[in-house]
Amino acid sequence: MAVLTEEQNMLKDQAQAWSRDEAPVTRFRKMRDSGTDAGYEQATWQDIAGMGWTGILIPEALGGSGMDYATFGVVLEETGRHLVASPLFASGLVGASALLLAGNDAQKQQWLPGIAAGTSIVTLAVDEGPHHAPEQIAMTADASSGSFTLNGSKVFVLEGGSADAFVVAARTSGTAGETDGITLFLVPADTSGLGVQPLKTADSRGYADLTFRDVKVDAAAVIGTADAGFPILDAVLDRARAGLAAEMLGTACEAFDRTLEYLKTREQFGQVIGSFQSLGHRAATLFMDMEFARSCVEAALRAIDEGSDEVPILCSLAKCKAGEFLHDMSNDMIQMHGGIGMTDEFDAGFYIKRARAAEATFGGQSYHRRRYISHFGI
Amino acid sequence: MSDLDAFREEARSWLNDHFPSGLAHRSPPGIAGFGARLTGDWKAWQTSLGEKGWSAPTWPAEYGGGGLSPEQAQVLGAEMASRGAISPIGGFGIMMWGPTLLDFGTEEQKQRYLPPIIRGDIHWCQGYSEPGAGSDLANLQSFAEDKGDHFILNGSKVWTSGALEADWMYGVFRTDRNNKYEGISFLTLDMKSPGVEVKPITLISGQSPFNEVFFTDVVIPKENLIGEKNLGWNIGKRLLLHERQGIAGSGGANVVGGSYDIEQVARDYIGLENGVLADGAMRERIAMQKMFAHAYALTGRRFGEEAAVHGPTPAVGIMKVAWAKDNQNREELLVEMLGNRGLGWEGSGFSDNELKTVRTWLRSKANSIEGGTTEINLNLVAKRVLGLKGY
Ligand SMILES: Cc1cc2nc3c(=O)[nH]c(=O)nc-3n(C[C@H](O)[C@H](O)[C@H](O)COP(=O)(O)OP(=O)(O)OC[C@H]3O[C@@H](n4cnc5c(N)ncnc54)[C@H](O)[C@@H]3O)c2cc1C
Repeated sequence: MAVLTEEQNMLKDQAQAWSRDEAPVTRFRKMRDSGTDAGYEQATWQDIAGMGWTGILIPEALGGSGMDYATFGVVLEETGRHLVASPLFASGLVGASALLLAGNDAQKQQWLPGIAAGTSIVTLAVDEGPHHAPEQIAMTADASSGSFTLNGSKVFVLEGGSADAFVVAARTSGTAGETDGITLFLVPADTSGLGVQPLKTADSRGYADLTFRDVKVDAAAVIGTADAGFPILDAVLDRARAGLAAEMLGTACEAFDRTLEYLKTREQFGQVIGSFQSLGHRAATLFMDMEFARSCVEAALRAIDEGSDEVPILCSLAKCKAGEFLHDMSNDMIQMHGGIGMTDEFDAGFYIKRARAAEATFGGQSYHRRRYISHFGI
Repeated sequence: MSDLDAFREEARSWLNDHFPSGLAHRSPPGIAGFGARLTGDWKAWQTSLGEKGWSAPTWPAEYGGGGLSPEQAQVLGAEMASRGAISPIGGFGIMMWGPTLLDFGTEEQKQRYLPPIIRGDIHWCQGYSEPGAGSDLANLQSFAEDKGDHFILNGSKVWTSGALEADWMYGVFRTDRNNKYEGISFLTLDMKSPGVEVKPITLISGQSPFNEVFFTDVVIPKENLIGEKNLGWNIGKRLLLHERQGIAGSGGANVVGGSYDIEQVARDYIGLENGVLADGAMRERIAMQKMFAHAYALTGRRFGEEAAVHGPTPAVGIMKVAWAKDNQNREELLVEMLGNRGLGWEGSGFSDNELKTVRTWLRSKANSIEGGTTEINLNLVAKRVLGLKGY
C-alpha cells in the first residue's frame, strides 16, 4: 500500500476504528431488515458528517477540509470493508466533484457548505437505460427565453430517494450518441414536474428512478457551459469511478481476509481446508488480483490529484481491475465457505450483492475495457 | 533546489556527455554480462556506464556501484527512460548474484566479484537445477568433496542458461549427503576449469540458450565458498528472492525481448472498421491483456518503491507468476492475430517479424517454468504471505 501522509494515516485509523466498532456489517443488516427505502441509517450518516468526511474535498472556506481524492479513497476503502451505507460517496465525492469542477460561485456557496455538513445531499443523475452509457443521453433540455425545460428520465440514481438536488445531464442539442450538446443542470429535488421513484434493490442501498415532465429551471441552474457539458461529466464520472473503485477494493479486501481466516480454521479430512492446494493456489491468485487492483486504484486517485492527463485511462483501469477482483472474490467467498456461504445469516450474501451493484455503477468491467482500449486507436 | 533536483541535473548532464544519441530508443544487440561482446557505440556506452557504476545504481560505490539512494536511482531511471537510454549491462550478475553477494559475501569476495559484474565484463551462469532436482531443488546431488584447501566437484547441472558463453558459474552443491538442507554449499567456479563440459540443449523454439553442464573432478579453491560450508541453502534461496524481485522491479519491461507492438499487429493483420478493430472479441481480449500488463507495471513500481524501503518480500512471488502470465498471454494473442502468417518457421515466405514472433511465442512457454514454476511460486505465496499450512 502506498506511503500515506500523516493526515491520511490519521483518517485511516479513524475510519478503520469507527467502521469496525460503530458500523460493522451487523448494522447494515439491521438497516436492511428495517425495510427502509433510504438505504442507510440516519444515525450512521450523522456520525460520518460529524467526523467531517463529507467535507474532505470541499475547501475550508466552504466548510470542508480541502484534502484530496487519495485521502477520500483511504476512507472509502475502510467503510467499504464493512459495507457502510450512506450518501458519503454519492454526495461528498460525486456531487461535490461536479460543483468543484464546474460550479459557479453562487452554486458553490449555496450547496457545498451543506454537502460538507451532511445537511444537503447532491447526487449525479446520468444513465437512462439498463447500462452505463453517458454518451447515449437522450433526455432533452429545451432552451427558451433564458430558461430550460427538461423532459425524460434517469434511472438507478444513487441515493436518489434522499437527495436534495440532482446534477442532471441532459441534451441541449444533438442526438443520443453524440458527446457535443450535453449540458449539466443542478435541479433541486422539489422542483415541480420532477418525480422520484425509490427502488428496492438486491444490495439494499438507496436508488431511485427519476421522471422529468416539463421541469423548468433557469439559466442559473447550468453547471459549466451549455452544450459543452460532456468533458465535465466525463471528469466527474472518472472521479466517481476512482472513488467507487477504492470502496470496492475495501469490500473485496475484507471478503479476502474473512475467507483466508476460514481457510485457516475450517477442518475437513483431518486438516485445515487451506492446506488443499486447489484452495491455496486460488487464494494466492486472488492475493495477486488484490495487489494489482490496489496499485490501479492508488494510481488513479493520485493521477486525479496531480492533474495528470492519464486520468481517463487510469480510472477505467482502476474501476475494471477493482471490479474484476471484487467479482471473483465475492464468488469465491461463497464457494470457499461451502454451505454456510449460502445462508443469509452469514455475511457473504451482502458482499456479493454489494459487489454486483458497485460493479455496474458508472460502468462495469466490459464498459471500461472498451473505454480503455479506445485510447489506443483500435 | 532540492537534493533530488540537483541530482537530476547531474544525471542529465552526465547522460548528455556520455550517452551516444544514435542509440536512443534502441535495444542493445546483446547484453554485456550475458554472452554479448559489444562493439562501437554500444561498447563505448557500456564502458561509460560501467565506470560510473550506474549499471548497478544502488550498489555501494566502494565496489564500483553507483552508490545512489533508491530515490536517486528512480530519478536516474526516469532520465534514462525519457531519452531512450537502455543499459546494455545485465544478466544474472546484475539481477540476482550481485545483490546476494552484497548480503552474504565477505569483503574480499565483494571486492573480487562485484566490479566486473558492474562493468559487464564477466558473464555468470546459474548452476542450480539438476536432473533430479527441479522444483525440489534441495534434492540436488552434485557433490563437492572437501579436500582441506579445495573442493573436488563431480556431478551435473541441467537447464543452465548461457553456460556455453559463461565465464563463471555460481551455484548450489552438496557437501553433506546426510543432511538435505544443511548439507548444501554455495560455490563459484571458473567455467574454464579442467573437467567442466557444456552441452547445449535445443528448445521448442529452435534456439539453444541453455545447456547441460558436467563436472568431472573439478577443483574449486576454498576461497570460492560463499558463506559457510553446508549453510548455502539460505543463500541460494535469497538469490531466488532477488530474482523475483528483479522481475517485479522491471515493472512490465518485456524481459524476454518480445515481438512487436500489439496494436500495430491488430491494425495490420485484422484491420479497423470505423476506427475500431474489426474483430470485437479480439478487441476485448487485447484490452484485457493490456490492462493486466498495465496493472502489472504499476504493481512492479509500487513493490519496487516498497522494497527500497523494507527490503525484498515474498509477495514478489506473485510478480513472477504475473510476469509469466503477461508474456504468455501477449505472445498467444500476437500469434493468433497473425493467423497463418503466425505459423512460419523460416525462409523468405515470412517476414522477419513474423518469424521472430513465432519463436518468441514458443520461448515464452518457459516463463512459467524458469525461475521457479508458477505452481511453486503460488505455493510460496500461500505459505509465506498468506500463512497457509501444508506448503
Ligand atoms: C528456459 C529455461 C531456462 C532455465 N535456466 C536455468 C538456469 O539458468 N539455471 C538453473 O539452475 N535452472 C534453470 N532452469 C530450470 C528451472 O529452474 C526448472 O526447470 C524448474 O525449477 C522446474 O524444475 P523441473 O524442470 O525439474 O520440473 P519439475 O519440478 O519436475 O516440475 C514438473 C511439474 O510439476 C509441478 N510441481 C512440482 N512440484 C510441485 C508441487 N510441490 N506442487 C505443485 N506442482 C508441483 C511443476 O510446477 C511442473 O508443472 C531453466 C528452465 C527453463 C525452462
